Amino acid sequence: MRTAEVAAAVADAHRREWAFVLAATVRVTRDLDVAEECVQEAYARALTAWADEGIPARPGGWLTTVARRRAIDLLRRDAALRRSLPLLIEDEAAPGPEDEVTSPSGPRPGSRPRMPALDLADLPVVEGAADDRLRLIFTCCHPALAPEARVALTLRLLCGLTTAEVARAFLVSEPTMAARITRAKKKITAARIPYRVPPPTELPDRVDAVLTVVHLLFTTGHTAPAGADLVRRDLVERALDLARMLRLLLPDDPDVAGLLALILLTDARAAGRVGPDGRLLLLAEQDRAQWDRAAIDEGIALVREGLRRRGPGHGPGRLPGRYPLMAAIAAVHSGSPSWADTDWREIVGLYGLLAARWPSPVVALNRAVAVGFANGPAAGLAALDDLAAEPQLAGYGYLPAARADFLRQLGRPGEARLAYEEALTLTDNSVERDFLATRLRQLDQP
Amino acid sequence: MAQYLILIYEDEAGYVAGGQAATDRAMREHTAFGEKNGPSLRGGNALQPVGTATSVRSDSAGGFTVTDGPFAETKEALGGYYLVEAANLDEAIAIAKEVPAPFGGVEVRPIMTFE
Repeated sequence: MRTAEVAAAVADAHRREWAFVLAATVRVTRDLDVAEECVQEAYARALTAWADEGIPARPGGWLTTVARRRAIDLLRRDAALRRSLPLLIEDEAAPGPEDEVTSPSGPRPGSRPRMPALDLADLPVVEGAADDRLRLIFTCCHPALAPEARVALTLRLLCGLTTAEVARAFLVSEPTMAARITRAKKKITAARIPYRVPPPTELPDRVDAVLTVVHLLFTTGHTAPAGADLVRRDLVERALDLARMLRLLLPDDPDVAGLLALILLTDARAAGRVGPDGRLLLLAEQDRAQWDRAAIDEGIALVREGLRRRGPGHGPGRLPGRYPLMAAIAAVHSGSPSWADTDWREIVGLYGLLAARWPSPVVALNRAVAVGFANGPAAGLAALDDLAAEPQLAGYGYLPAARADFLRQLGRPGEARLAYEEALTLTDNSVERDFLATRLRQLDQP
Repeated sequence: MAQYLILIYEDEAGYVAGGQAATDRAMREHTAFGEKNGPSLRGGNALQPVGTATSVRSDSAGGFTVTDGPFAETKEALGGYYLVEAANLDEAIAIAKEVPAPFGGVEVRPIMTFE
Protein backbone atom coordinates (compact mmCIF):
# COMPACT_ATOMS: atom_id res chain seq x y z
CA MET A 1 0.00 0.00 0.00
CA ARG A 2 1.42 3.39 -0.96
CA THR A 3 1.95 5.84 1.87
CA ALA A 4 0.14 8.66 0.11
CA GLU A 5 -2.87 6.45 -0.48
CA VAL A 6 -2.99 5.41 3.18
CA ALA A 7 -2.57 9.00 4.35
CA ALA A 8 -5.45 10.05 2.10
CA ALA A 9 -7.64 7.23 3.44
CA VAL A 10 -6.86 8.21 7.05
CA ALA A 11 -7.57 11.88 6.29
CA ASP A 12 -10.84 10.91 4.66
CA ALA A 13 -11.80 8.73 7.64
CA HIS A 14 -10.89 11.61 9.92
CA ARG A 15 -13.33 13.87 8.20
CA ARG A 16 -16.12 11.34 7.74
CA GLU A 17 -15.87 9.15 10.81
CA TRP A 18 -14.40 11.20 13.65
CA ALA A 19 -17.73 11.91 15.35
CA PHE A 20 -18.86 8.31 14.95
CA VAL A 21 -15.66 6.89 16.41
CA LEU A 22 -15.48 9.39 19.25
CA ALA A 23 -19.14 9.00 20.22
CA ALA A 24 -18.79 5.22 20.31
CA THR A 25 -15.63 5.53 22.43
CA VAL A 26 -17.25 7.95 24.86
CA ARG A 27 -19.74 5.19 25.61
CA VAL A 28 -16.82 3.17 26.97
CA THR A 29 -14.90 5.90 28.78
CA ARG A 30 -17.76 8.18 29.80
CA ASP A 31 -15.11 10.86 29.76
CA LEU A 32 -14.52 13.18 26.81
CA ASP A 33 -10.76 13.73 27.27
CA VAL A 34 -9.86 10.06 27.63
CA ALA A 35 -12.07 9.21 24.65
CA GLU A 36 -10.42 11.91 22.52
CA GLU A 37 -6.98 10.63 23.42
CA CYS A 38 -7.92 7.06 22.47
CA VAL A 39 -9.46 8.15 19.17
CA GLN A 40 -6.38 10.21 18.30
CA GLU A 41 -4.24 7.13 18.97
CA ALA A 42 -6.49 4.98 16.80
CA TYR A 43 -6.02 7.39 13.88
CA ALA A 44 -2.26 7.44 14.45
CA ARG A 45 -2.17 3.64 14.45
CA ALA A 46 -4.26 3.49 11.28
CA LEU A 47 -1.39 5.18 9.40
CA THR A 48 0.95 2.25 10.01
CA ALA A 49 -1.58 -0.58 10.31
CA TRP A 50 -3.36 0.27 7.06
CA ALA A 51 -0.01 0.50 5.27
CA ASP A 52 0.75 -3.08 6.37
CA GLU A 53 -2.66 -4.71 6.26
CA GLY A 54 -4.47 -2.62 3.68
CA ILE A 55 -7.32 -0.18 4.14
CA PRO A 56 -10.23 -1.87 5.94
CA ALA A 57 -13.61 -2.14 4.26
CA ARG A 58 -15.22 -0.18 7.07
CA PRO A 59 -12.61 2.31 8.29
CA GLY A 60 -15.00 3.70 10.91
CA GLY A 61 -15.57 0.25 12.38
CA TRP A 62 -11.83 -0.47 12.45
CA LEU A 63 -11.06 2.84 14.15
CA THR A 64 -13.88 2.38 16.65
CA THR A 65 -12.69 -1.07 17.66
CA VAL A 66 -9.10 0.12 18.10
CA ALA A 67 -10.12 3.24 20.03
CA ARG A 68 -12.46 1.29 22.32
CA ARG A 69 -9.83 -1.42 22.99
CA ARG A 70 -7.34 1.29 23.83
CA ALA A 71 -9.87 2.90 26.19
CA ILE A 72 -10.51 -0.40 27.93
CA ASP A 73 -6.76 -1.04 28.33
CA LEU A 74 -6.17 2.43 29.65
CA LEU A 75 -8.97 2.29 32.18
CA ARG A 76 -8.14 -1.25 33.29
CA ARG A 77 -4.48 -0.39 33.81
CA ASP A 78 -5.23 2.78 35.67
CA ALA A 79 -7.90 1.97 38.20
CA ALA A 80 -7.14 5.18 40.06
CA LEU A 81 -7.83 7.18 36.91
CA ARG A 82 -11.16 5.40 36.59
CA ARG A 83 -12.18 6.28 40.09
CA SER A 84 -11.12 9.90 39.80
CA LEU A 85 -12.93 10.64 36.55
CA PRO A 86 -16.08 12.66 36.90
CA LEU A 87 -18.20 10.61 34.54
CA LEU A 88 -20.66 11.86 31.99
CA ILE A 89 -24.23 11.45 33.11
CA GLU A 90 -26.14 9.25 30.75
CA ASP A 91 -29.87 9.00 30.51
CA GLU A 92 -30.92 6.44 33.09
CA ALA A 93 -34.25 5.94 31.37
CA ALA A 94 -32.61 4.78 28.16
CA PRO A 95 -29.71 2.44 28.89
CA GLY A 96 -27.30 1.70 26.11
CA PRO A 97 -26.28 -1.82 25.13
CA GLU A 98 -23.32 -1.83 27.53
CA ASP A 99 -25.29 -0.72 30.54
CA GLU A 100 -27.34 -3.90 30.61
CA VAL A 101 -24.18 -5.89 31.08
CA THR A 102 -22.67 -3.70 33.75
CA SER A 103 -25.41 -3.09 36.24
CA PRO A 104 -27.49 -6.21 36.70
CA SER A 105 -28.70 -4.90 40.05
CA GLY A 106 -29.65 -1.54 38.61
CA PRO A 107 -28.08 1.75 39.62
CA ARG A 108 -28.01 2.39 43.32
CA PRO A 109 -29.63 5.70 44.16
CA GLY A 110 -27.06 8.31 45.03
CA SER A 111 -24.17 6.17 43.87
CA ARG A 112 -21.56 7.38 41.42
CA PRO A 113 -22.40 6.39 37.89
CA ARG A 114 -20.81 3.04 37.19
CA MET A 115 -18.16 2.36 34.63
CA PRO A 116 -19.33 0.08 31.88
CA ALA A 117 -17.91 -3.44 31.84
CA LEU A 118 -14.31 -3.49 30.73
CA ASP A 119 -14.15 -7.11 29.66
CA LEU A 120 -16.03 -6.72 26.42
CA ALA A 121 -13.24 -6.30 23.94
CA ASP A 122 -15.62 -6.08 21.03
CA LEU A 123 -18.56 -4.07 22.10
CA PRO A 124 -21.41 -3.80 19.64
CA VAL A 125 -20.65 -0.87 17.41
CA VAL A 126 -23.57 -0.58 15.06
CA GLU A 127 -26.53 -0.66 17.42
CA GLY A 128 -27.26 2.76 18.77
CA ALA A 129 -24.24 4.21 17.02
CA ALA A 130 -26.28 6.88 15.28
CA ASP A 131 -27.76 7.81 18.63
CA ASP A 132 -24.29 8.18 20.08
CA ARG A 133 -23.42 10.88 17.58
CA LEU A 134 -26.66 12.63 18.46
CA ARG A 135 -25.84 12.40 22.16
CA LEU A 136 -22.50 14.00 21.44
CA ILE A 137 -23.88 16.88 19.39
CA PHE A 138 -26.76 17.62 21.78
CA THR A 139 -24.24 17.72 24.63
CA CYS A 140 -21.85 20.02 22.74
CA CYS A 141 -24.72 22.37 21.86
CA HIS A 142 -26.42 22.37 25.27
CA PRO A 143 -28.02 25.76 26.01
CA ALA A 144 -26.33 25.84 29.44
CA LEU A 145 -22.96 26.24 27.65
CA ALA A 146 -21.81 29.63 26.39
CA PRO A 147 -22.58 30.06 22.66
CA GLU A 148 -18.90 30.36 21.69
CA ALA A 149 -18.13 27.23 23.74
CA ARG A 150 -20.83 25.31 21.87
CA VAL A 151 -19.22 26.19 18.57
CA ALA A 152 -15.75 25.32 19.84
CA LEU A 153 -16.83 21.98 21.32
CA THR A 154 -18.68 21.06 18.15
CA LEU A 155 -15.61 21.71 16.00
CA ARG A 156 -13.37 19.88 18.43
CA LEU A 157 -15.52 16.84 19.24
CA LEU A 158 -17.75 16.39 16.19
CA CYS A 159 -15.31 17.52 13.50
CA GLY A 160 -12.08 16.45 15.22
CA LEU A 161 -10.32 19.79 14.80
CA THR A 162 -7.35 20.41 17.07
CA THR A 163 -7.56 23.21 19.59
CA ALA A 164 -5.08 25.19 17.47
CA GLU A 165 -7.32 24.80 14.41
CA VAL A 166 -10.42 25.86 16.35
CA ALA A 167 -8.50 28.86 17.70
CA ARG A 168 -7.45 29.87 14.17
CA ALA A 169 -11.01 29.50 12.90
CA PHE A 170 -12.23 32.05 15.42
CA LEU A 171 -9.17 34.28 15.41
CA VAL A 172 -8.38 33.85 19.10
CA SER A 173 -5.14 32.66 20.68
CA GLU A 174 -4.65 28.96 21.29
CA PRO A 175 -4.45 29.31 25.11
CA THR A 176 -7.70 31.29 25.09
CA MET A 177 -9.44 28.60 23.04
CA ALA A 178 -7.94 25.80 25.17
CA ALA A 179 -9.27 27.49 28.31
CA ARG A 180 -12.69 27.92 26.72
CA ILE A 181 -12.88 24.24 25.78
CA THR A 182 -11.58 23.05 29.16
CA ARG A 183 -14.06 25.21 31.01
CA ALA A 184 -16.97 23.89 28.93
CA LYS A 185 -15.94 20.27 29.45
CA LYS A 186 -15.66 20.88 33.20
CA LYS A 187 -19.12 22.34 33.27
CA ILE A 188 -20.55 19.33 31.42
CA THR A 189 -19.43 16.97 34.17
CA ALA A 190 -19.62 19.27 37.21
CA ALA A 191 -23.12 20.54 36.46
CA ARG A 192 -24.13 17.10 35.11
CA ILE A 193 -25.23 18.16 31.65
CA PRO A 194 -26.70 14.83 30.54
CA TYR A 195 -25.03 12.95 27.69
CA ARG A 196 -28.22 12.03 25.90
CA VAL A 197 -30.72 12.78 23.20
CA PRO A 198 -33.28 15.11 24.80
CA PRO A 199 -36.83 13.85 25.34
CA PRO A 200 -39.41 14.71 22.63
CA THR A 201 -40.88 17.64 24.59
CA GLU A 202 -37.51 19.40 24.60
CA LEU A 203 -36.39 18.24 21.17
CA PRO A 204 -37.56 21.18 18.98
CA ASP A 205 -35.74 23.76 21.13
CA ARG A 206 -32.65 21.61 21.41
CA VAL A 207 -32.52 20.86 17.69
CA ASP A 208 -32.78 24.59 17.12
CA ALA A 209 -29.78 25.15 19.41
CA VAL A 210 -27.77 22.62 17.37
CA LEU A 211 -28.83 24.17 14.06
CA THR A 212 -27.88 27.62 15.37
CA VAL A 213 -24.32 26.38 15.96
CA VAL A 214 -24.05 24.84 12.51
CA HIS A 215 -25.55 27.93 10.87
CA LEU A 216 -23.15 30.19 12.74
CA LEU A 217 -20.23 28.06 11.55
CA PHE A 218 -21.48 28.37 8.01
CA THR A 219 -22.06 32.13 8.09
CA THR A 220 -18.67 32.69 9.73
CA GLY A 221 -17.09 30.71 6.91
CA HIS A 222 -19.22 32.18 4.15
CA THR A 223 -18.29 35.78 4.93
CA ALA A 224 -15.29 35.87 7.21
CA PRO A 225 -15.73 38.75 9.68
CA ALA A 226 -12.14 39.88 9.15
CA GLY A 227 -9.15 39.00 7.05
CA ALA A 228 -8.11 38.88 3.44
CA ASP A 229 -10.34 36.05 2.18
CA LEU A 230 -14.05 36.48 1.76
CA VAL A 231 -14.74 32.79 2.36
CA ARG A 232 -13.23 30.48 4.97
CA ARG A 233 -13.56 27.30 2.95
CA ASP A 234 -12.67 25.02 5.89
CA LEU A 235 -15.54 26.30 8.04
CA VAL A 236 -18.02 26.08 5.18
CA GLU A 237 -17.03 22.45 4.57
CA ARG A 238 -17.37 21.59 8.26
CA ALA A 239 -20.80 23.20 8.45
CA LEU A 240 -21.89 21.25 5.38
CA ASP A 241 -20.55 17.98 6.85
CA LEU A 242 -22.40 18.63 10.11
CA ALA A 243 -25.64 19.50 8.33
CA ARG A 244 -25.38 16.28 6.31
CA MET A 245 -24.73 14.29 9.47
CA LEU A 246 -27.78 15.81 11.15
CA ARG A 247 -29.89 15.10 8.09
CA LEU A 248 -28.81 11.46 8.30
CA LEU A 249 -29.53 11.26 12.02
CA LEU A 250 -32.78 13.28 12.06
CA PRO A 251 -34.25 12.54 8.62
CA ASP A 252 -37.79 13.64 9.53
CA ASP A 253 -36.93 17.08 10.90
CA PRO A 254 -37.99 19.82 8.46
CA ASP A 255 -35.69 22.39 10.06
CA VAL A 256 -32.67 20.12 9.57
CA ALA A 257 -33.65 19.66 5.92
CA GLY A 258 -34.06 23.45 5.71
CA LEU A 259 -30.61 24.22 7.08
CA LEU A 260 -28.90 21.68 4.82
CA ALA A 261 -30.76 23.20 1.86
CA LEU A 262 -29.81 26.73 2.92
CA ILE A 263 -26.13 25.80 3.14
CA LEU A 264 -26.18 23.96 -0.20
CA LEU A 265 -28.01 26.73 -2.03
CA THR A 266 -25.91 29.55 -0.60
CA ASP A 267 -22.61 27.77 -1.04
CA ALA A 268 -23.56 26.70 -4.58
CA ARG A 269 -23.05 30.32 -5.58
CA ALA A 270 -19.62 30.59 -3.92
CA ALA A 271 -17.66 30.24 -7.17
CA GLY A 272 -19.46 33.24 -8.65
CA ARG A 273 -19.17 35.57 -5.68
CA VAL A 274 -15.66 36.86 -6.23
CA GLY A 275 -14.38 38.08 -9.58
CA PRO A 276 -11.01 37.07 -11.08
CA ASP A 277 -9.49 40.20 -9.53
CA GLY A 278 -10.73 39.21 -6.08
CA ARG A 279 -13.52 41.77 -6.20
CA LEU A 280 -16.86 40.95 -4.52
CA LEU A 281 -19.54 40.45 -7.17
CA LEU A 282 -23.17 41.26 -6.54
CA LEU A 283 -25.79 38.64 -7.25
CA ALA A 284 -26.75 40.79 -10.23
CA GLU A 285 -23.22 40.64 -11.70
CA GLN A 286 -22.49 36.98 -11.10
CA ASP A 287 -21.96 34.49 -13.91
CA ARG A 288 -24.63 31.94 -13.07
CA ALA A 289 -22.93 29.30 -15.20
CA GLN A 290 -20.31 29.12 -12.46
CA TRP A 291 -22.88 28.09 -9.87
CA ASP A 292 -22.85 24.50 -8.67
CA ARG A 293 -25.89 23.05 -10.41
CA ALA A 294 -25.85 19.71 -8.54
CA ALA A 295 -25.85 21.47 -5.16
CA ILE A 296 -28.69 23.74 -6.30
CA ASP A 297 -30.80 20.78 -7.45
CA GLU A 298 -30.20 18.98 -4.15
CA GLY A 299 -31.05 22.12 -2.19
CA ILE A 300 -34.25 22.82 -4.12
CA ALA A 301 -35.44 19.23 -3.60
CA LEU A 302 -34.83 19.63 0.15
CA VAL A 303 -36.70 22.95 0.20
CA ARG A 304 -39.72 21.33 -1.44
CA GLU A 305 -39.63 18.52 1.08
CA GLY A 306 -39.09 20.82 4.07
CA LEU A 307 -41.95 23.15 3.16
CA ARG A 308 -44.28 20.21 2.56
CA ARG A 309 -43.51 18.53 5.86
CA ARG A 310 -43.97 20.77 8.85
CA GLY A 311 -43.16 19.17 12.12
CA PRO A 312 -45.41 19.36 15.17
CA GLY A 313 -45.02 22.37 17.38
CA HIS A 314 -43.99 24.63 14.55
CA GLY A 315 -46.23 27.58 15.32
CA PRO A 316 -47.42 30.20 15.12
CA GLY A 317 -50.03 29.31 12.53
CA ARG A 318 -47.86 26.33 11.57
CA LEU A 319 -45.50 28.43 9.51
CA PRO A 320 -42.38 26.68 8.31
CA GLY A 321 -39.32 27.30 10.48
CA ARG A 322 -36.73 29.95 9.77
CA TYR A 323 -34.23 27.67 8.01
CA PRO A 324 -36.76 26.21 5.53
CA LEU A 325 -37.90 29.78 4.78
CA MET A 326 -34.35 31.12 4.37
CA ALA A 327 -33.62 28.14 2.14
CA ALA A 328 -36.75 28.87 0.10
CA ILE A 329 -35.51 32.42 -0.47
CA ALA A 330 -32.09 31.10 -1.50
CA ALA A 331 -33.86 28.64 -3.82
CA VAL A 332 -35.67 31.47 -5.64
CA HIS A 333 -32.31 33.14 -6.36
CA SER A 334 -30.46 29.94 -7.22
CA GLY A 335 -33.28 28.66 -9.41
CA SER A 336 -33.60 31.90 -11.37
CA PRO A 337 -31.89 31.79 -14.79
CA SER A 338 -30.81 35.44 -14.53
CA TRP A 339 -30.91 38.44 -12.22
CA ALA A 340 -33.57 40.07 -14.38
CA ASP A 341 -35.79 36.99 -14.08
CA THR A 342 -35.69 36.99 -10.26
CA ASP A 343 -39.18 36.67 -8.81
CA TRP A 344 -38.90 39.54 -6.33
CA ARG A 345 -42.56 39.40 -5.32
CA GLU A 346 -42.06 35.79 -4.24
CA ILE A 347 -38.97 36.85 -2.29
CA VAL A 348 -40.79 39.73 -0.58
CA GLY A 349 -43.56 37.29 0.36
CA LEU A 350 -41.10 34.77 1.78
CA TYR A 351 -39.34 37.48 3.79
CA GLY A 352 -42.76 38.47 5.13
CA LEU A 353 -43.33 34.89 6.33
CA LEU A 354 -39.83 34.80 7.78
CA ALA A 355 -40.41 38.08 9.64
CA ALA A 356 -43.59 36.57 11.14
CA ARG A 357 -41.78 33.39 12.15
CA TRP A 358 -38.51 34.97 13.18
CA PRO A 359 -38.93 38.68 13.85
CA SER A 360 -35.50 40.29 13.52
CA PRO A 361 -34.26 43.65 12.28
CA VAL A 362 -31.92 41.89 9.84
CA VAL A 363 -34.85 40.02 8.28
CA ALA A 364 -36.74 43.32 8.04
CA LEU A 365 -33.69 44.86 6.34
CA ASN A 366 -33.53 42.07 3.76
CA ARG A 367 -37.24 42.38 3.12
CA ALA A 368 -36.85 46.14 2.59
CA VAL A 369 -34.10 45.53 0.02
CA ALA A 370 -36.34 43.00 -1.77
CA VAL A 371 -39.17 45.56 -1.78
CA GLY A 372 -36.79 47.91 -3.59
CA PHE A 373 -36.16 45.34 -6.31
CA ALA A 374 -39.85 44.44 -6.60
CA ASN A 375 -41.30 47.96 -6.53
CA GLY A 376 -38.41 50.30 -7.39
CA PRO A 377 -35.66 52.15 -5.46
CA ALA A 378 -38.01 54.76 -3.99
CA ALA A 379 -40.14 52.06 -2.35
CA GLY A 380 -36.98 50.29 -1.16
CA LEU A 381 -35.54 53.47 0.33
CA ALA A 382 -38.80 54.17 2.14
CA ALA A 383 -38.82 50.64 3.55
CA LEU A 384 -35.17 51.03 4.68
CA ASP A 385 -35.86 54.40 6.29
CA ASP A 386 -38.54 52.75 8.42
CA LEU A 387 -35.70 50.76 9.97
CA ALA A 388 -33.34 53.69 10.58
CA ALA A 389 -34.24 53.93 14.27
CA GLU A 390 -33.77 50.17 14.89
CA PRO A 391 -31.06 50.02 17.59
CA GLN A 392 -29.96 46.51 16.59
CA LEU A 393 -29.09 47.75 13.11
CA ALA A 394 -26.86 50.55 14.38
CA GLY A 395 -23.39 49.38 13.43
CA TYR A 396 -24.70 46.93 10.84
CA GLY A 397 -22.96 47.87 7.61
CA TYR A 398 -25.51 46.39 5.22
CA LEU A 399 -28.10 49.04 6.13
CA PRO A 400 -26.08 52.08 4.94
CA ALA A 401 -24.75 50.03 1.99
CA ALA A 402 -28.29 49.22 0.84
CA ARG A 403 -29.44 52.82 1.36
CA ALA A 404 -26.46 54.03 -0.64
CA ASP A 405 -27.41 51.80 -3.58
CA PHE A 406 -31.00 52.99 -3.67
CA LEU A 407 -29.88 56.65 -3.32
CA ARG A 408 -27.44 56.18 -6.20
CA GLN A 409 -30.20 54.71 -8.38
CA LEU A 410 -32.45 57.64 -7.47
CA GLY A 411 -29.77 60.09 -8.64
CA ARG A 412 -28.89 61.46 -5.18
CA PRO A 413 -25.07 61.01 -5.23
CA GLY A 414 -24.35 63.31 -2.26
CA GLU A 415 -26.46 61.26 0.13
CA ALA A 416 -25.23 58.03 -1.48
CA ARG A 417 -21.64 59.09 -0.77
CA LEU A 418 -22.34 59.64 2.92
CA ALA A 419 -24.06 56.27 3.18
CA TYR A 420 -21.21 54.40 1.42
CA GLU A 421 -18.70 56.09 3.71
CA GLU A 422 -20.73 55.04 6.74
CA ALA A 423 -20.85 51.43 5.47
CA LEU A 424 -17.07 51.50 4.97
CA THR A 425 -16.52 52.31 8.63
CA LEU A 426 -18.53 49.23 9.61
CA THR A 427 -16.72 46.32 7.93
CA ASP A 428 -13.23 44.94 8.37
CA ASN A 429 -13.48 42.39 5.58
CA SER A 430 -11.09 43.65 2.91
CA VAL A 431 -13.12 42.24 -0.02
CA GLU A 432 -16.23 44.02 1.24
CA ARG A 433 -14.22 47.20 1.81
CA ASP A 434 -12.87 47.11 -1.75
CA PHE A 435 -16.40 46.72 -3.09
CA LEU A 436 -17.67 49.75 -1.18
CA ALA A 437 -14.62 51.83 -2.15
CA THR A 438 -15.24 51.00 -5.83
CA ARG A 439 -18.86 52.08 -5.54
CA LEU A 440 -17.71 55.34 -3.97
CA ARG A 441 -15.30 56.04 -6.85
CA GLN A 442 -18.04 55.27 -9.39
CA LEU A 443 -20.13 58.09 -7.90
CA ASP A 444 -17.52 60.54 -9.20
CA GLN A 445 -17.75 59.26 -12.74
CA PRO A 446 -20.46 60.97 -14.73
CA MET B 1 -28.74 12.05 41.70
CA ALA B 2 -27.14 15.36 42.54
CA GLN B 3 -28.08 18.48 44.42
CA TYR B 4 -28.42 21.97 43.00
CA LEU B 5 -28.92 25.30 44.69
CA ILE B 6 -31.44 27.49 42.90
CA LEU B 7 -30.70 31.11 43.83
CA ILE B 8 -33.52 33.57 43.34
CA TYR B 9 -32.42 37.03 42.22
CA GLU B 10 -35.07 39.72 42.03
CA ASP B 11 -35.39 43.48 41.95
CA GLU B 12 -36.87 44.27 45.35
CA ALA B 13 -38.37 47.47 43.94
CA GLY B 14 -40.90 45.25 42.15
CA TYR B 15 -42.34 44.05 45.46
CA VAL B 16 -42.29 47.57 46.91
CA ALA B 17 -44.21 48.91 43.92
CA GLY B 18 -46.57 45.91 43.84
CA GLY B 19 -47.46 46.31 47.51
CA GLN B 20 -49.17 43.65 49.59
CA ALA B 21 -50.85 42.15 46.51
CA ALA B 22 -47.47 41.30 44.95
CA THR B 23 -46.22 39.75 48.18
CA ASP B 24 -49.40 37.70 48.66
CA ARG B 25 -49.23 36.48 45.10
CA ALA B 26 -45.58 35.45 45.51
CA MET B 27 -46.47 33.57 48.68
CA ARG B 28 -49.23 31.66 46.88
CA GLU B 29 -46.94 30.87 43.96
CA HIS B 30 -44.13 29.64 46.19
CA THR B 31 -46.58 27.46 48.13
CA ALA B 32 -47.84 25.97 44.86
CA PHE B 33 -44.25 25.44 43.67
CA GLY B 34 -43.42 23.67 46.94
CA GLU B 35 -46.44 21.38 46.68
CA LYS B 36 -45.71 20.47 43.10
CA ASN B 37 -41.98 19.90 43.56
CA GLY B 38 -42.03 18.58 47.12
CA PRO B 39 -40.24 15.30 46.35
CA SER B 40 -37.29 17.16 44.81
CA LEU B 41 -36.94 19.84 47.49
CA ARG B 42 -34.24 19.44 50.12
CA GLY B 43 -34.51 22.90 51.60
CA GLY B 44 -35.16 26.54 50.89
CA ASN B 45 -35.64 29.90 52.49
CA ALA B 46 -36.60 33.46 51.73
CA LEU B 47 -34.13 36.12 52.84
CA GLN B 48 -34.82 39.45 54.51
CA PRO B 49 -34.45 42.41 52.11
CA VAL B 50 -30.95 43.26 50.93
CA GLY B 51 -31.03 46.37 53.16
CA THR B 52 -30.45 44.05 56.11
CA ALA B 53 -27.25 42.57 54.64
CA THR B 54 -23.85 42.93 56.31
CA SER B 55 -20.61 42.05 54.52
CA VAL B 56 -17.55 40.83 56.33
CA ARG B 57 -14.15 40.73 54.60
CA SER B 58 -10.76 39.95 55.99
CA ASP B 59 -8.34 42.83 55.57
CA SER B 60 -4.63 42.85 54.87
CA ALA B 61 -3.78 43.61 58.52
CA GLY B 62 -5.16 40.29 59.72
CA GLY B 63 -8.42 41.80 60.93
CA PHE B 64 -11.85 42.19 59.40
CA THR B 65 -13.79 44.94 57.73
CA VAL B 66 -17.49 44.86 58.47
CA THR B 67 -19.67 46.92 56.13
CA ASP B 68 -23.33 47.57 55.64
CA GLY B 69 -24.75 46.08 52.42
CA PRO B 70 -24.47 43.01 50.20
CA PHE B 71 -21.19 41.62 48.84
CA ALA B 72 -21.97 42.91 45.36
CA GLU B 73 -24.39 45.73 44.61
CA THR B 74 -26.64 44.63 41.76
CA LYS B 75 -30.08 45.64 40.57
CA GLU B 76 -31.33 42.12 41.26
CA ALA B 77 -30.39 40.89 44.72
CA LEU B 78 -30.35 37.40 46.16
CA GLY B 79 -33.72 37.09 47.86
CA GLY B 80 -34.05 33.38 48.54
CA TYR B 81 -33.06 29.90 47.48
CA TYR B 82 -34.16 26.32 47.08
CA LEU B 83 -31.96 23.27 47.48
CA VAL B 84 -33.20 20.60 45.06
CA GLU B 85 -32.22 17.09 44.10
CA ALA B 86 -32.19 16.19 40.42
CA ALA B 87 -30.73 13.51 38.17
CA ASN B 88 -29.01 16.01 35.90
CA LEU B 89 -28.85 19.65 34.88
CA ASP B 90 -31.83 19.35 32.53
CA GLU B 91 -34.03 18.20 35.41
CA ALA B 92 -32.71 20.99 37.64
CA ILE B 93 -33.39 23.56 34.91
CA ALA B 94 -36.94 22.21 34.50
CA ILE B 95 -37.51 22.78 38.24
CA ALA B 96 -35.83 26.19 38.07
CA LYS B 97 -38.25 27.28 35.34
CA GLU B 98 -41.11 26.75 37.81
CA VAL B 99 -39.60 28.83 40.61
CA PRO B 100 -41.62 32.06 40.89
CA ALA B 101 -39.39 35.06 40.23
CA PRO B 102 -41.61 37.74 38.66
CA PHE B 103 -39.09 40.56 39.19
CA GLY B 104 -35.92 38.76 38.14
CA GLY B 105 -34.75 35.21 37.58
CA VAL B 106 -32.89 32.33 39.11
CA GLU B 107 -29.39 30.88 38.94
CA VAL B 108 -28.78 27.13 39.09
CA ARG B 109 -25.57 25.97 40.79
CA PRO B 110 -24.51 22.38 41.25
CA ILE B 111 -23.51 21.50 44.80
CA MET B 112 -19.90 20.31 45.04
CA THR B 113 -19.48 16.85 46.50
CA PHE B 114 -16.31 15.67 48.24
CA GLU B 115 -15.39 12.02 48.35
